[in-house]
Formats: sequence, C-alpha cells, structure tokens
Amino acid sequence: MSLLKDVLERGEFGVTAEMAPPKGTDLSHLLECARAIKGRVHGVNVTDFQSAVLRVTSLVTCKLLKDEGLEPILQVTGRDRNRIAIQGELLGASVFGIENALGLTGDHTVVGDHPQAKPVFDLDSVGILQAATTLMSGKDMVGIELQGTPTFYLGACVTPRFDPMEAQILKMEKKIKAGAKFFQTQAIYDLDTMREFIEKTKHLDTKILAGIIPLKSAGMAKFMNNNVPGVFVPDELIERMKNTPKEERVEEGIKMAGELIRQLREEGLCDGVHIMAIGAEENVPRILDAAGL
Amino acid sequence: MIISQNKPFEEVLAFLENSEKIIIVGCSECATVCKVGGETEVQEMKEMLEEEGKKVLGTTILSPACNLLNSRKDMKQFKEELKETDAILSLACGDGTQTVAKVAKPEVYPGSDTMFIGEIERIGQFEEACKACGECELGWTAAICPITKCAKGLVNGPCGGAKDKKCEVSNDNDCAWLLIYDKLKDLGKLENMMSMREPKNFEKGNAPRRINLRNQEKETANA
Repeated sequence: MSLLKDVLERGEFGVTAEMAPPKGTDLSHLLECARAIKGRVHGVNVTDFQSAVLRVTSLVTCKLLKDEGLEPILQVTGRDRNRIAIQGELLGASVFGIENALGLTGDHTVVGDHPQAKPVFDLDSVGILQAATTLMSGKDMVGIELQGTPTFYLGACVTPRFDPMEAQILKMEKKIKAGAKFFQTQAIYDLDTMREFIEKTKHLDTKILAGIIPLKSAGMAKFMNNNVPGVFVPDELIERMKNTPKEERVEEGIKMAGELIRQLREEGLCDGVHIMAIGAEENVPRILDAAGL
Repeated sequence: MIISQNKPFEEVLAFLENSEKIIIVGCSECATVCKVGGETEVQEMKEMLEEEGKKVLGTTILSPACNLLNSRKDMKQFKEELKETDAILSLACGDGTQTVAKVAKPEVYPGSDTMFIGEIERIGQFEEACKACGECELGWTAAICPITKCAKGLVNGPCGGAKDKKCEVSNDNDCAWLLIYDKLKDLGKLENMMSMREPKNFEKGNAPRRINLRNQEKETANA
C-alpha cells in the first residue's frame, strides 16, 4: 500500500518533496539528493518535463528512486501524451510498483525550451484522473478489460490564490470526483492565504499538502510575485531577505520555510506539506529540521 | 471566414525561380477581405513580378476559388495562356489554391499562408474563433469556444496558468475559461461548468473529412 496514503489517511502530517529529473543522462546529483531525503519524506514527486522543458522522463526517474527505497509520486501531464500514451504510462508505472500518481494539465509548450513542439492536451488534469480511475476499475477508457489492474493513490494540484477563486475550487471539486484523494498546492508564503483557502474548501473531503518553496533572495521573491500565477510573497518576507547578508540568504530562506511549516502545522491549516526546493533538494532535510519534523 | 496572410515576397520568388510566364489568381471572398488576394493585391503582385523580369500572362479573381466547378469554368478564359504559362500563383487560401491546382495543368504555388477560421472584429482585424473540431461545444460554454480560445483546448475549466485573467501562452489573450466562467455566472448557468466532461471525442476531427448532402438525403429517404 502507498506509504503516502497510509500516512495521510491515518491523519499524520504528510511530507512530500519535489524532484526534477536532470536534463541529460547524469543522475548522480539526483540520487545524492534522494539519499539525503530518504526516510525524511513520505513521497517524492517526480516532475514531468516541468515548465515544458526537456529532461529525463518522470517514469524512469520514479523507478530509480523506488530502487533507492523512496516512495515516488509519478507526475503525468497532458501536454505531451494522448490518452493511449497516458494510460500506457500509468500501466507501466504500476508494473514498476509505483503507487502514487498526480494528474496535471501541464504548462504549454510555448513556455518551455522547445516552443516549436506540437502540444497534445488530449486529456486535461480531470481527464487524466478519470483515466487513472478507470484503469483502477480493471478497464481502459474504451471499456476493454485489463490483464491485471493497477492501484494508485491519486493526487492533483490546486492554486490557493487563483483569481477568481471560485473557478479554481470548482475545478478542484471535479478533480475529487475524478479520483483525486490529495492535493498539493502552489507555493504559499503566508498563513492568511491558507486560512482563506481552507475555509473555502472545508466542504471537500480531501487531503491538502501546502506547497513550500524556500526563498533564496529578494529578487526571487519579486520574480515569483510578478511571474508565477497565484503566488504571493508578502513584503515583510522580501524585506527580511533584503536585510540578510548575501551569503546567509539561502539559510534564511530555509529558516523561513521551517517557520511557516511549523505555523501551518500548529494551526492545523493543512494535512501536510509539499516542499519544492527547485534544484536544491539537498536542503530539504534542513528545512524539515527547521520545521521540527 | 478563412483568414490568410501574404507570404514574404522572397518566398514567392523562390517558388517561381524557374518560371518565366505566370498567371496570377485571387479570390473574391475571404482573401479579398483579408487584403491578401483581392483585385488590389493581385495587381500589386503583377507589378512586383514584372519588376523581377517575369511575364504575367493574365490575372483573375475567382469567385470564390474554393468552388471547384466555378474555378474550372473561370480558368477557361486562359485557354491559350495556360498552354504556355510556366506557373500559376494563387493568392487564394490554401483551400482555393488546391482547387485551382485541380483544374489547371501548370504548377500552382501559394502566395499566402492560411492562418485560421476567424471573426472579422473590424476592418483588417481578425481573431481565431473556431477549430472546426467536428462537434460543437458552444452549447454549454456560453458560446465561447474552449477548444479554440483556450490555448490548451481544455474542457473542464481553467488550468492554473492564468495570471491576471490572461493566458500563460500570451498576455494578449484572455483566459478563455475565465471568460466562460464569468458569462455562465451572469447567465445563472454555472452548473454547466460543474458538470464532469468526458474526454473529447477527437475522432470526429480526423482529416480529411467529407460531407455529401446528396448521400445524406438518400440515406434519410431510405431510412
């Protein structure tokens, strides 16, 4: 059974981290980070050509992490595969013993490093979850019986500060209907965002892991405020970064992330956290130390 | 309407590199409205080609180029010229250009790029509106097409990529799903957006598609 499912359903505070496969065949850094994280998290998301940028595939990386003794969460986007490929990918993952899958629409090809590519989007996030749920019933999307049935703990993502929020929650409800049991959120930096989000989604029966991206500089915070949809870094955090000497900023970001996780947990604002360290996964254990996890 | 744009003249010249004598055809409908293949543009093309030392044996505006029988009839005016012309340059859309190529023997080259099915917002301003997907979704989306106006063609609501209600693909584009959301809300039909949509059936869009009204009528009569 999925460790993540087990932890979340027992009502324990779940911790997941995100890892991006490398652009190239050298997985040494990824495996180094994986070994550092091992035993500290309940699941590791492996991104699927994150930001529409070419990398090693999520499935292959999930398998390697599984072999290292970690619990992978396969991310599947609709950008690059049609419904045949998506179902095949999910069946393949199950053959590898991967028990968690996260359905995402995916960033558009034009925002990535191969803007000339033909985008697919045969299935959207809801469609991917529907497909996975159908496979779990022992049939494929056209009703043909499978030889062997996969089992997944299905997840999806949500942006707690989307405008208008109602449109996002509407879609969140559809994702739950389609089979999502847990949500990982876009990065949050303040408790108010989470308080409001929890209030608006309290009618939903699902587990929510708050997204955490440790800041590395004030510039990074400003960039996220201006460019990443749904992300809001309060001014006081930007000021705090600015007032920290340059060489101590990464450490300060780790400290801030730890504080936020601690507060979220104390206030019961989420069922767990999802840490996206964006290339600095070796810092994840230190964030967890700072959070007292 | 079919929206098209002129190809760069250098590209046209490259097609006609080994052609001396040329016939230019335009189209009275979409290509005229797009200012790509009307009287004025055909005349301009003639002058530009003559400046390059080409001989233009004739020009005409087909009405419309995409009508096979009509184009066959219209091209008969060039019975003599067609015997000696090296190439035909078409300023009609891709559809019209193929029709001309069916009815004329010499090589036919496109002088324009066909862009999309769109709406004339005002003179010279066009916006893509329909993907001709084969199964119209407008009935439940407050008549805003999610297949065309959403860059990802999503059927279950907005992705997380919109910022300030604009699409992640371009700040110039409104998020189609937020437009649909606002309009459905105004109409008191937000439940349309809450309903689970099954993955779209793309089988209906497999090219090339054909419709034969006569056969359809026969089938109806026999049924």
